[in-house]
Amino acid sequence: MIWGVLQFPGSCDERDALHACQLHGDGARLLWHESRDLDGVDGVVVPGGFSYGDYLRAGAIARFSPAMEAVAEAAAGGMPVLGICNGFQVLCEAGLLPGALLRNVELRFRCHQVELVEEGSGETLSIPAKHGEGRYYAPEEMLDELERNGQVAYRYADGHNSNGSVRGIAGVANERGNVLGLMPHPEHAVDPLTGSTDGLRVFDRLSQGALVNQESTKAPRT
Amino acid sequence: MTVETPKYRELGLTDSEYELIVEKLGREPNDVELAMFSLLWSEHCAYKHSRKLLRRLPTEGERVVMGPGENAGAVDVGNGYAVAFKVESHNHPSAVEPFQGAATGVGGIMRDVFAIGARPIALLDSLRFGELDSVRSRHLLDGAVRGIGHYGNSIGVATVGGEIYFEEPYEHNCLVNAMCIGFAKTADMVRAAAAGVGNSIVLMGASTGRDGIGGASVLASAELGEGDEAKRPTVQIGDPFEESKLLECCLELLEKGLLVSLQDLGAAGLTSSAGEMASAGGVGIDIDVARVPLREADMEPFEIMVSESQERMLAVVEPGRVEDVRAICEKWQTGSAEIGSVTDGGQIRILRDGEVVGEMPVEALVDGCPLYDLDPAEPEGWIYGNRETLAPGAAPEQELLALLSAPSIASKRWAFEQYDSIVGSRTVRRPEQADAAVLQLPEADNAIAVSIDGNGRRVACDPYEGTIEAVLECAQNLACVGAEPLGLTNCLNFGNPEKPTGAWQLDRAVSGLADACDALGVPVVGGNVSLYNEGPDGPIYPTPVVAMVGELPDAAQVAGNAFVTEGDAIGLVGPFEPSLAGSELAKQRGELKMGLPRPDVAGVVAACEIVRTAVRAGRLSSVRDVSDGGLAVAIAESAIAGGIGCETNVEHLRERGAQPEEALFGEGPGGFLISGDRATLEELGAVLIGTVGGEEISIGAGDRSLSVSLAAAESAWRSLPAQAERDAA
Repeated sequence: MIWGVLQFPGSCDERDALHACQLHGDGARLLWHESRDLDGVDGVVVPGGFSYGDYLRAGAIARFSPAMEAVAEAAAGGMPVLGICNGFQVLCEAGLLPGALLRNVELRFRCHQVELVEEGSGETLSIPAKHGEGRYYAPEEMLDELERNGQVAYRYADGHNSNGSVRGIAGVANERGNVLGLMPHPEHAVDPLTGSTDGLRVFDRLSQGALVNQESTKAPRT
Repeated sequence: MTVETPKYRELGLTDSEYELIVEKLGREPNDVELAMFSLLWSEHCAYKHSRKLLRRLPTEGERVVMGPGENAGAVDVGNGYAVAFKVESHNHPSAVEPFQGAATGVGGIMRDVFAIGARPIALLDSLRFGELDSVRSRHLLDGAVRGIGHYGNSIGVATVGGEIYFEEPYEHNCLVNAMCIGFAKTADMVRAAAAGVGNSIVLMGASTGRDGIGGASVLASAELGEGDEAKRPTVQIGDPFEESKLLECCLELLEKGLLVSLQDLGAAGLTSSAGEMASAGGVGIDIDVARVPLREADMEPFEIMVSESQERMLAVVEPGRVEDVRAICEKWQTGSAEIGSVTDGGQIRILRDGEVVGEMPVEALVDGCPLYDLDPAEPEGWIYGNRETLAPGAAPEQELLALLSAPSIASKRWAFEQYDSIVGSRTVRRPEQADAAVLQLPEADNAIAVSIDGNGRRVACDPYEGTIEAVLECAQNLACVGAEPLGLTNCLNFGNPEKPTGAWQLDRAVSGLADACDALGVPVVGGNVSLYNEGPDGPIYPTPVVAMVGELPDAAQVAGNAFVTEGDAIGLVGPFEPSLAGSELAKQRGELKMGLPRPDVAGVVAACEIVRTAVRAGRLSSVRDVSDGGLAVAIAESAIAGGIGCETNVEHLRERGAQPEEALFGEGPGGFLISGDRATLEELGAVLIGTVGGEEISIGAGDRSLSVSLAAAESAWRSLPAQAERDAA
């Protein structure tokens, strides 16, 4: 598959995401934020960074970009969309994913290797996290529903939930399972030299449709 | 009756300097000219007390791509690529407002690097504060660390290393030195010299405001009502988002070949960047301040010329390409304005709406400042204080734990986890995993290593030997990851050079730097000088911060600094001759005094070669240099990092004249602590001192033998968060 990586002014990890996508898929290209044309890609990564300086609120401005409008339409049509860190924030702001990201409970930016547990398989992944606003939050009823629907994709392993995310949630998917957001950075875990290759599994899981919830009886949102 | 002080004196010019300006102009300068001269003739811009000394430094080398005088130095890393690097201080702003001071220090050093066409790929920081039992030091530490993180994290450049020391003499005058590493295709790099009469001068980036009008505030207040100047912030405010756009914009402009030259705006703003560009190119420049985009409409010409508003760059562009340049600036949503042109005749002219408001010869402005000789005198003894925090009769276990928990030695994880150390996908060794940061360069098919060091306390004990040690420490750190030095840069943080002691410290340190670089064959490709670092209690420790960049062929071979495998032999390599002089233990005992032993420089260079070769061949399980706190601390740190104990004995050092406590805690250059296969260590000529294994750190040292549990050692070594955040508790 061909991946596209959105590039906003203030994106930081778009080159890393591009590199990871090239390793994972059959090719990858950057997509400029002002263009509604997704250039024929099969999946989109909304990368980490500080889109538009994260003025107002993390991800709050990027959601209004022409590229994000196109991504929202494509996601509704079933295209895989992966939001990483700031990209997760953007997807939440855009309403493509439930919940919100708040400031870390320790009120400090933190960069460190964390262990994630993949829901379903129980596999543990070692992936770096680096953010100051990564505390996942959603109201209790919504969380219950996410868990019922199988939308919680990743949780921090015991002792690794340093940002204080509710129920240890590190990543969530939409109901249909084609949009995934997570705070840790799978694109920074694709090379044994820089620490781990576990991140490729995240790209696999999304692109292979493994997150599509088989048990949910609800109709996909369109 | 009060005598009015002449403006030029309040601006920091001496009577004779002012007379020289009048002579060069053939008349009295007006306010615009006076403001510009006062800044470019300041120590910060003119290096008037240090330039003569700096001529001692070796600057030539076959790998040097850009040397001193450019925005940053650069060395060839092969395959058509170069690595650029520079360190710069932002000490005084950080002492006033640590968050913005440190943040704009990071922003400024990155602009220096992308000004030569290199993409910033890594940052390091060298920080000095007073002791952590001072509220002020905790405040400055917290603010500076947050500021560095804010800027570096937001712009997406990895902060891969650095160092922090806490010492009383920095209480009133903290040091914040930031280093940036850039990576470029050598062919795409650009110099700062203006060229081509008739070419346009384009100002890019943020608009210009009244922030950072530091030295010239005397002129400013003369035109404002009483108290208004208090509203005028002299510390610049940084905006990493603005810089991120400007960075991408400049790199795209250079890649497309649209710029003749590029220069960042740092200290003294437009004045220094325009002046230096004109001087380097041997041309003149006209600038019309009416065309500079302003944040406040009523700014005076001198304010526009000296403003230190951040995130601005100045470019020389051929007239036919200005529209293309502006289009790319628009794409990146960053400002651009054609504010002047390159002229012949060697004059820098400031205009407002076409009317000349200032005119001076570039040569007089940029290169006309007199250079001074220093008047050094060695102090009669230790001029800094001594404070006993560790009782003389303490047990060796107690001493080891006290050293491990000393904030200068304890793990800095609390700080470096606040920095993004991985963005860019080059970071092969994250902070504290190895003695130097290692960055892979797949484009050049190799990797670089970077180390930054400078133990001010030891330099205070002996500025010459202490500075040599700082250079050797960097070289040793590079050897630990298998890297061969390519080039060195430095930031000389000293007290007042006009005082005999300050002059002596600076003079001796520069000689030490020069001699060490000669011995290692490492060229100095750039540097920065920060003088007048003094508080009410006296000068800071003389602190030459040395940063070295080296290359290694294969990052996959790099060993860490943690003990790995039970049963591995532990060995000591190198001419390490430990002494308590200037050591952390001497500090804690309140026994600091002048003097350091003379290091065996040639022996250290040879040991670096042995270690480098062994690391490159992947023959070692772990390697670190023996540094602050001596061999016992190095052993404990390797054990803590690996989560495995060890059984060692350091009595062998008695043969080198070391008493047991010197063998444990004595410091000095030249020591490498390595672990691995016993036969390999023997083959390398290492002195075998023990074996990896167990839950205890045991060190035999005659009547000072000690044993502490791994858990107790780790708890001491990880105590920095509790010490730094005690106000929050």
